[in-house]
Amino acid sequence: MDENLIPISFTINGEKVSKRILPSLILIDLIRDQLQLKGTKPGCLEGECGACTVLVNGSAVNSCLYMAVNIDGKEILTIEGLSSIEQPLHPIQEKMLEHGAVQCGFCTCGIVLTTKAFGEECKKEGKIPTRKEVKKSLEGHLCRCTGYVKIIDAAEDYLTHPSV
Amino acid sequence: MDKNLNIIGKSKPKLDGKERVSGRAVYGHDIELPNMLHARILRSQYPCARIKSIDCTKALGLEGVKCILTAQDVDVNRIGYKRDHPVLKKDANCQRDEIAAVAATSKEIAAKALNLIHVEYEEIEGIFDPFEAMKEESRQINLHGKGKDLYGNKNIAESFHYSHGELEKQTKRSKVIVSRRYELPRVTHCCMATSNITADYSTMDGRLTLYASTQVPFLYQRDMAHALKMDPSLIRIIQPVIGGGFGSKLDMYPFEPICALLSIKTGKPVQLLYGREEEFLASPTRQTMIIDLTSGADADGKFTFREVRITMDNGAYTSWGATTPFVMMQTYSSLYQVAACDFQAKAIYTNNPFAGSFRGYGNPQATFSIERNNDLLADELGLGKDEIRLINANYPGEITGQGLHFKTCGAKPALTKVIEASNFIRKNREKHKGRYLKGVGLASMLHVGGGAKIYRSDGCGTRLKLDHYGYLDIITGSSEIGQGSETVLAMIASQELGIPMKHIKVVNTDTDVKPWDVGVHASRTSFVAGNSLLGAIRLMKQKLDRKAAQLMECEAGEFLYENGLIKRDKKEIRIDKVAREMHFGSPNELCIVEYFYEPESSFQDKQFMGDVSGNYAFASQAVEVEVDTFTGNVKVRDVYVSQDVGRVLNPMGLQGQIEGGVATGIGYALTEEMIYEKGYLMNPSFHEYKLLTAVDMPDIHFYPIETLDEAGPYGSKGAGEAPLIPTAAAIANAVSNALGIEFLTLPLSPEKVLKAWSEKKQNELANSQSI
Repeated sequence: MDENLIPISFTINGEKVSKRILPSLILIDLIRDQLQLKGTKPGCLEGECGACTVLVNGSAVNSCLYMAVNIDGKEILTIEGLSSIEQPLHPIQEKMLEHGAVQCGFCTCGIVLTTKAFGEECKKEGKIPTRKEVKKSLEGHLCRCTGYVKIIDAAEDYLTHPSV
Repeated sequence: MDKNLNIIGKSKPKLDGKERVSGRAVYGHDIELPNMLHARILRSQYPCARIKSIDCTKALGLEGVKCILTAQDVDVNRIGYKRDHPVLKKDANCQRDEIAAVAATSKEIAAKALNLIHVEYEEIEGIFDPFEAMKEESRQINLHGKGKDLYGNKNIAESFHYSHGELEKQTKRSKVIVSRRYELPRVTHCCMATSNITADYSTMDGRLTLYASTQVPFLYQRDMAHALKMDPSLIRIIQPVIGGGFGSKLDMYPFEPICALLSIKTGKPVQLLYGREEEFLASPTRQTMIIDLTSGADADGKFTFREVRITMDNGAYTSWGATTPFVMMQTYSSLYQVAACDFQAKAIYTNNPFAGSFRGYGNPQATFSIERNNDLLADELGLGKDEIRLINANYPGEITGQGLHFKTCGAKPALTKVIEASNFIRKNREKHKGRYLKGVGLASMLHVGGGAKIYRSDGCGTRLKLDHYGYLDIITGSSEIGQGSETVLAMIASQELGIPMKHIKVVNTDTDVKPWDVGVHASRTSFVAGNSLLGAIRLMKQKLDRKAAQLMECEAGEFLYENGLIKRDKKEIRIDKVAREMHFGSPNELCIVEYFYEPESSFQDKQFMGDVSGNYAFASQAVEVEVDTFTGNVKVRDVYVSQDVGRVLNPMGLQGQIEGGVATGIGYALTEEMIYEKGYLMNPSFHEYKLLTAVDMPDIHFYPIETLDEAGPYGSKGAGEAPLIPTAAAIANAVSNALGIEFLTLPLSPEKVLKAWSEKKQNELANSQSI
């Protein structure tokens, strides 16, 4: 066995995983290539577009800028983790569809996860975000199809109805 | 159409939206085939160089490298519609030139191998200015170009000349004449998914399967076959879910046959994915151009003539960018009523990258120049900017100088709507003081709305299959690239056959299965594929009507289709039962039909005259901006959009097209520019090539105009490209209105705006001191 490999253990989408990885491995490559979770999208691999967003301990990060060794002991949520047999779509995803926020869809999964993290942050602070704050929360995502309006509408609809 | 529509005109979520929102949709990047190799392309180190030697020995010695190809190793035809583009290059003619390609067992090994290929270059001084390239003493840039024979200059790649009316007479009777030179920048599509292809060649039967993100699968199949010297029928194109198109996937580019060749040579599947930097460097751009436009108007404000000379930087090879004059000449000849028009456009080879097609296809550039000049004409005549446009607006029944026939025309209603909604007349006259200055601008556009007869067929085939259980497969030639055409097709079928949306599947990704279609372009898909589907539905209904009459023992004729039932008066029967009885009863037959729709549009003649589209789309936008005179930052506050869409089919889908188009238009106006210096791209990343984000978006107010054009499905017209066409023009007009400064180039970056504002202030100061 290659002695450069570093052992890490983490939880991804509720499942415990142990792996030996190269210290240079980037999180997106671990997720897409090794774990075969293809919903995390490689848009730019330079931290600008947000398509590869995943949640690490509940916070949204660009998985293309995050070293995989740093997830040791942490909880990862990817888009696949939002779906269950009982509930195939999360309410944020329902809102995205209802508002027409999806065109080509390459940016969508990252946006869904950012919105989930932001929703939880708001809940913790006990606040309902303004539309301006919703826009601000989406600033790290690029979309070339929609012009963002429907994405903002969908996120706002979800974030201002905190019961769901 | 008088009947009550309960599906068409109501918002429906995207048919395959759940797959896309949950990460289940398989894009090109997500495909993995057994034993798949990974490819990378070595591009030129210089924009212009002679290649003295290529040494692949070291790279081939790297463990995991399976194949390396250079121009010497392949027997292929040149590509591009001018056939002036070698797939692999023997010499370098621009920065994106493909010198060698590697296939290896991993992405990392492929990348490493690129560094081990040793290329000896002899750099040559490139030619990056089209005017320089046209000089007699300049060398021939593309040795396969036919410019010398065809156009009298070795570096002319393509040339167009169109005219109508009496230019001289109209010039003489003009009261005002405005001449300006506009320079439009190079911008690029920025699809969120980068370019990608997976090629899978079987040495068993010589068949090549390509998982290709193309907008034009059938033209692509033909182009690929030509490049590879293969029989087209041996090539099967499967379109994965496409992560954005916008015109970028309208042509086939070298990386695609290269990936196919690597698969053919290795007998293994090969995947080639661009990184973002490579996407900026090596994917097509919007056509950059220099436009010299002279426009005239008479004392009443009627437009008299337009004389336009366009110089396009063709880059080193020719792709669709060179053909944007087809669309532009329609705008110059027919956007507003114009008595005379003389249009010339030339595409000139340089050592820059080549341009492809991009949503709007030249029309944003043409519209920008016309609408800037229109504001200047209005100023000189002392007319309102709204007035001059209303005086000259296109009208229903108009046959333009170029022969476009506007059977329906929402130009005037659209203009009127945005003028009112934006409070344009008041706001355009308001003078502001202080740091933040507001302004409002107006622009209109004309675009094809019913396909465009450019290729030999502008048609689309549809096969319909109703199964034993009442589910319908729509097998359509048309493609979904995120724009929502699948949803519209399912809505049409649901509307006509009374089958619930969830019982309808759209099959549209495989050239071995689907019938022919020319592809996603010219805002044509809902129009052409919709009409094709309606034709197939008519045939299917004839079958079902016949059988239903037999089964219900009533007179032949038409029935009502509703909620999965076929009915008339008090009699009804389930549609699935009719399909089963068709199969199992006598005469045994399946409920399958096929229809091919070819629009009634005509080809242009040699003088470019002709009614090329089934109908025409019109739109106007009014934009309100606020300019920060301290920073030069332009903030777009409100965009008022009114567009003649014929009929709204899916309001939510349409609105999404409008908002997305406007956003791209704002980027074109304010932030986007590929900066080239001596053939090198200076800003190949999202850090330096700025796209808008959510916080930049203005409020977009949309007012559809329904003119119910009888050529379109339910009266509809193409809508996808229109919303970005007038946006940059309207923004430039608004910024001029705010600052009293004319801008002749895009984008209106803070630096440019601030510089112009400082100069204006200095001039004012100098003038006041000299008095």
